[in-house]
Amino acid sequence: MGTEATARLELKSITKRFPGVLANDQVSFSVQPGEIHALLGENGAGKSTLVKMIYGIMQPDGGEIRWNGERIVVAHPKAARKLGIGMVFQHFSLFEAMTVLENIALGMDAKIPARELEARIKEVMTQYGLKLEPHRIVSTLSVGERQRIEIVRALLLNPKLLIMDEPTSVLTPQEVEQLFVVLRQLASEGCSILYISHKLHEIKALCHTATILRGGKLVDTCNPSVETSRSMAEKMIGGNLKTIEKAEGRTVGREKLIVNRLNMPARSHFGVSLKDITFTVREGEIFGIAGVAGNGQNALLLALSGETLTDDPGAITVDGAQLGRLTAKQRRLAGVSSVPEERNGHAAVPEFTLADNSVLTARDRLGMVKGGLIDHKAARTYAGEVISTFAVKALGPGSTAGSLSGGNLQKYIMGREIMQNPAVLVVSQPTWGVDAGAAAAIHQALVDLAAAGSAIVVISQDLDELLSLCDTLAVINEGRLSPSMKVADADIEEIGLLMGGVHGDPAATANLHPEPVHAHQA
Amino acid sequence: MRIKLEKRPEPSTLMAFATPIASVLLTMAIGVVVFDALGIKGEKAVIDIFLTPLLSSYKWQDVAVKAAPLIIIALGLSVGNRAQVWNIGAEGQYVIGALAAAGVGIAAGGAGGGIIITLMILAGILGGTFWAVFPAFLKTRLNVNEILTSLMLTYVALQVLGYLVGGPWKDPNGRNFPATAPLHADQTLPILFPGTTVHLGVAIALVLPFVFWLIMSRSVFGFQIRVVGSAPDAARHGGFDAKQTIWLSLLIGGAMAGLAGALEFAGALKAINLGFPSGYGFTAIIVSFLGRLNPIGCLIAGIVLAVTYVGGQVAQTTVHIPNSTAGIFQAMMLFFILASDILIRYRVRFVGSPKLAPMPAAGE
Ligand SMILES: Nc1ncnc2c1ncn2[C@@H]1O[C@H](COP(=O)(O)OP(=O)(O)OP(=O)(O)O)[C@@H](O)[C@H]1O
Ligand SMILES: [Mg+2]
Repeated sequence: MGTEATARLELKSITKRFPGVLANDQVSFSVQPGEIHALLGENGAGKSTLVKMIYGIMQPDGGEIRWNGERIVVAHPKAARKLGIGMVFQHFSLFEAMTVLENIALGMDAKIPARELEARIKEVMTQYGLKLEPHRIVSTLSVGERQRIEIVRALLLNPKLLIMDEPTSVLTPQEVEQLFVVLRQLASEGCSILYISHKLHEIKALCHTATILRGGKLVDTCNPSVETSRSMAEKMIGGNLKTIEKAEGRTVGREKLIVNRLNMPARSHFGVSLKDITFTVREGEIFGIAGVAGNGQNALLLALSGETLTDDPGAITVDGAQLGRLTAKQRRLAGVSSVPEERNGHAAVPEFTLADNSVLTARDRLGMVKGGLIDHKAARTYAGEVISTFAVKALGPGSTAGSLSGGNLQKYIMGREIMQNPAVLVVSQPTWGVDAGAAAAIHQALVDLAAAGSAIVVISQDLDELLSLCDTLAVINEGRLSPSMKVADADIEEIGLLMGGVHGDPAATANLHPEPVHAHQA
Repeated sequence: MRIKLEKRPEPSTLMAFATPIASVLLTMAIGVVVFDALGIKGEKAVIDIFLTPLLSSYKWQDVAVKAAPLIIIALGLSVGNRAQVWNIGAEGQYVIGALAAAGVGIAAGGAGGGIIITLMILAGILGGTFWAVFPAFLKTRLNVNEILTSLMLTYVALQVLGYLVGGPWKDPNGRNFPATAPLHADQTLPILFPGTTVHLGVAIALVLPFVFWLIMSRSVFGFQIRVVGSAPDAARHGGFDAKQTIWLSLLIGGAMAGLAGALEFAGALKAINLGFPSGYGFTAIIVSFLGRLNPIGCLIAGIVLAVTYVGGQVAQTTVHIPNSTAGIFQAMMLFFILASDILIRYRVRFVGSPKLAPMPAAGE
């Protein structure tokens, strides 16, 4: 690789070991100024670990890092930022109780007066088309909005190298396009970008070079524009990629989950209230809910899982039984399982073992409790089964959830719910941060669960995922759900319009064929 | 050479055991240095405070009797602390528990025996629980900080105590001191070893940690407490009710403090005067943390703190330092244990000095 020009960043034989895993094994590559460089690999391949060392969060056990040709030790993130390295994380580090502005101010190394900072934030946001209200409290923001804070925060530093660890997992296609415009603009200004994503078509569209890791080792380097998504995925896995198999001529059965005029006030001033949500999911049906982040997806998941209760018992029924006023525990017993989008601290307790995390949601359905006491052996056995069935990379049921890579924890959580054979499964962002191979496995498991007669609701911002997975689709916007449509005869443009809020106007909701003039509204 | 903290993949069990021990040793070491600097024989003072009570068998009964209330209160507090519910009003709950037991004793008149004693103990538990109802209600209904309400209620409890022992319950045959009449012999707790002061409460304090350990590590309730403490959203997702957890953990803290108060009254002091509240409710907070919020840990830590109480009295006579010196040692232990907590989740690494770094970022 190019020693003609001095590389912006050069890694030489970087090695990092964790107890029981070699996360990076002699990794060497370089990134040129203005290059958009992809880092690919399966869940747990060591991508996040590698960039954390570049950003000074961890220190390598061996090897060296060169910056513009000079050997450096990045002692801490502050040093990295001073060098001109910015990073947007896979998991965000935001203070929930503070505003967007305060969070950004806290992340700045230099003290800037709030007013001036706000002006600069607004400037960056308009320049790059990022929508964000500086005075909103973070706890009221969706995952997608939270990520925008991190992006703005990094851009404020005028970085020379921008590291993005799965930045698009939660963005809508339009937002992704906008982000790419930003990134290309940055690259043309000479900023290098190190880009981690599991969305291979994005890599194709955006990146100049791709470095592929497998089991911590660099296994290949390629030019994404001449590869296909499939060929890159196969390089990552080192084998062939499976495609989802939907049984031919699947039929859906009786109506199973019926949500009828579900209303829920906003949980906070900035939260989204649910308004007259109505839909039906039949046995064996996979029902998709598309929409831009922050339009009530969280509220809907909480309302269905029982983490928030409605006053109307009949708003939610499963097989005719009214669940509206049942608690989360009672709903699980009635067969309703759920997976919220935030895995750390919501779907799972990071400092608990995987076995204890199985007790969290599976204890009642799987009889892990006898006479008020937990059967730890049963919990360990179940966690072990989930780990092996879903190929979760973990040392065992005794590993803490927090020690798993993002995608592996997601696989574990999905497995934990799917293997309980719920009658109704509601999942949000099922493959967020999951690699192509594992995403296929999760999709297959959902298809199989549906084939066995469960009703499944998939809330996702990834339209491609919904279109390939679901039988029926509806769009959520500002807490309202559009009428359902069969995926087979869904019109992408129409969905895009609904996501952009055309049906915020009830007349347009009734009439699913908006005037062409609205076409640019999204 | 730089020191760097690195997150451990799993919390260290070794450190969970090592840090409390290190805290005690460090406290002793600093005690030696500080007392020497003050011109007192530091080594002697520290030996008297920490070792003499253990080495001289005639002090064991004092240690046991002092450890009992500390252990019992700390067990209850640990439950709350695990769930991030901070009850610091155990002292008040302890006093109300003792008063409730005394009330039963007085109401029983001359009657005594097993049933009356059992009723006194139950009354103590109920009294302490009742005193914890207020912070629980205020917290769950109005979101009032339980640290403030539970602490403030301690002062209310002291006023109640002052009123009762100086008024309606004052010993008519006493010398007009504000104190209740001493309990009838058959209303006091049985003594376990004849000729000592070791009463039934000590046995209860030895058994309860194992009961709590079983509950916290094996039961769904213990799991609930741990989840709510670590990740409230996950707890809700798992179907655990946050308000119920606050209620239960505060009431358990109150119940245990009330129990300790009743046992101390009926087993050790046998009368209640204005000096009854001796700070066990506050010291038990130290016991709870020194014991790592673990029931068995509380048992051991309770003994350690009891040793410092007894040792403080020893040192008072041998090296003539004030009795309250023990308090300084207790506080130091709490300080070190909280400070060393970080070693359980993080590992200290010595990183080679970044000399070859042409780093613009040498700062901090
Ligand atoms: N702090 C840690 N302690 C122990 N093991 C860790 C730690 N961080 C990561 N690992 C392990 O190192 C390996 C690499 O993890 P890493 O997070 O870098 O994967 P990744 O490629 O980013 O995966 P994903 O696509 O799922 O985010 C995994 O096996 C993971 O379990
Ligand atoms: Mg990662």
